[in-house]
Amino acid sequence: MRPAFCDEVFQHFDVKIGDGGAGIDMYNITVAPEHVVELCRFLKEVPALSFNFLSDLCGVDHHPDTPRYEVVYHLYSITHQHRLRLKCRAADPPHVPTVTGIWSTANWHERETFDMYGIVFDGHPNLKRIYMWDEFEGYPMRKDFPLRGYKDAYNPFGEETGES
Amino acid sequence: MTDVTVLQETGPEDAVTQEVLLNLGPQHPSTHGVLRLVLQLDGEIVERTEPIIGYLHRGTEKLAEDFTYTQIFPLTDRLDYVCPPSNNLGFAMAVEQLLDIEVPERAQYIRVIMTELSRISGHLLIVGALPMDLGAMTVLLYTMREREMLMDLMEMITGARMHTSYIRVGGVREDLPDGAVDRVREFCDILPKRLIDYERLVAKNRVFLQRTKGIGVIAPEDAIDLGLSGPNLRASGVDWDIRRDCPYEIYDQVEFNVITRETGDCYDRWICRVDEMRESVRIIEQCLEKMPDGGFQVDIPTIAFPVDKDLLGCSMETQIHHFELSAYGFKVPKGEVYTAIEAPKGELGYYIISDGGEKPFRMKVRAPSFVNLQALEGKVGNMNYLADLIAMLGSLDPVIAEVDK
Repeated sequence: MRPAFCDEVFQHFDVKIGDGGAGIDMYNITVAPEHVVELCRFLKEVPALSFNFLSDLCGVDHHPDTPRYEVVYHLYSITHQHRLRLKCRAADPPHVPTVTGIWSTANWHERETFDMYGIVFDGHPNLKRIYMWDEFEGYPMRKDFPLRGYKDAYNPFGEETGES
Repeated sequence: MTDVTVLQETGPEDAVTQEVLLNLGPQHPSTHGVLRLVLQLDGEIVERTEPIIGYLHRGTEKLAEDFTYTQIFPLTDRLDYVCPPSNNLGFAMAVEQLLDIEVPERAQYIRVIMTELSRISGHLLIVGALPMDLGAMTVLLYTMREREMLMDLMEMITGARMHTSYIRVGGVREDLPDGAVDRVREFCDILPKRLIDYERLVAKNRVFLQRTKGIGVIAPEDAIDLGLSGPNLRASGVDWDIRRDCPYEIYDQVEFNVITRETGDCYDRWICRVDEMRESVRIIEQCLEKMPDGGFQVDIPTIAFPVDKDLLGCSMETQIHHFELSAYGFKVPKGEVYTAIEAPKGELGYYIISDGGEKPFRMKVRAPSFVNLQALEGKVGNMNYLADLIAMLGSLDPVIAEVDK
């Protein structure tokens, strides 16, 4: 069952966005990286939608499926109290435009996603690692990154890299 | 280095000043944990703040992908360790939504009582800690006295003082023990009187008022834009509470007010929490009144352990279910869900993608402290006195364990 507010979005964007169907909790919309900013701006600024609160932004690694990476946006409207989920698939190497210009809260969320998945948010004002230290190599949340990390001087219990 | 004699000869208007980079933390008593702030100072004015986090990063989300759903509960305890039942509840609700199961009413009441107790526990800490950051040590000792009562209550009900893991998928782990209801009632009688004491001690104290009134003001539109939630958002005047607006469990059956303030300064964020504790007491009292008898967990042997432990000795089937549940966990249907609850710090969200197995394919925690702390960076935290930054940090109430996940 598609909520009424979605009709306006589908009318306006037509084939640029995909119908992700109704989830257990909220409606899903899929979108390609090049239309993310346009769609987000529309969702925030049209009064009937006014998704002014970006609840969450996170990455997902669908390895070995392709396109491998996905950025998931959870939007909420404090005005109308409705929720919406946007999904944006990105191929390897993943590039997605930033939405920090629309919601400033996206800043740290995008840095976290970059840190954990290596998804590059083009146009981000300060895209650097947030949890891991700057010299760290690799992206820990990727499915092919071992749970215990790679073996080195500080991590004797890690897995062999396979190179040596 | 500036020559001292040069400074003395020239007037204040053409004095030579130099910007200083100051590292506050990662070990500093005012940062509430291992948080490092890199400050660009011009004299006493902070021109730019950059929080550096990650010193406590444990990889909760990565670990969760290798744990069964039941094993994840101890991980969630350790997110916001001041109030574990709230973290448990958010996760349990997300999994229950995927499983499509309904929790018995009594369990829902117990859950609400526990989360509200934990909200009081979290708020008590910060209501004492903010004045302490500003130099008023006394009130923390008083709030700790009340928190100790709560800790004892937690121990009585759950068996653990801090990491309770009490709320489970399908209900709670054990029913309330004998006498627990009376003890909770007793606490609810005492707390409001003590809150008046705190207010007498701090809320009309001139030093405290000067250090917090009009300091660190966050406008409502900025607060929404920054993704603030919980008391931090409501102190700015945004009337939004998930408990009232998207009620979960039995919050639609109890009466309570959503506390909002107008200014959005440090004082409002502090007093908002004091008032929220009063509302929590009201909720708990109503829950104790209305709580029905009945089961405290769902009656599904593949998800919850048997209530009657004697069955384990005589029923083969019970034994098999018990073994499978302990050894392998339970399967969760394929799907994805985002569940948000009103945790003491704000919107706590769990986004879980299940691929149909016993372990989540992806678990993302939307940690409220992580988002709230971000407010320090940017225009809200800049161009303040260094001493005011401490007040701002304290009033935002970040728990670093939750920030770093």
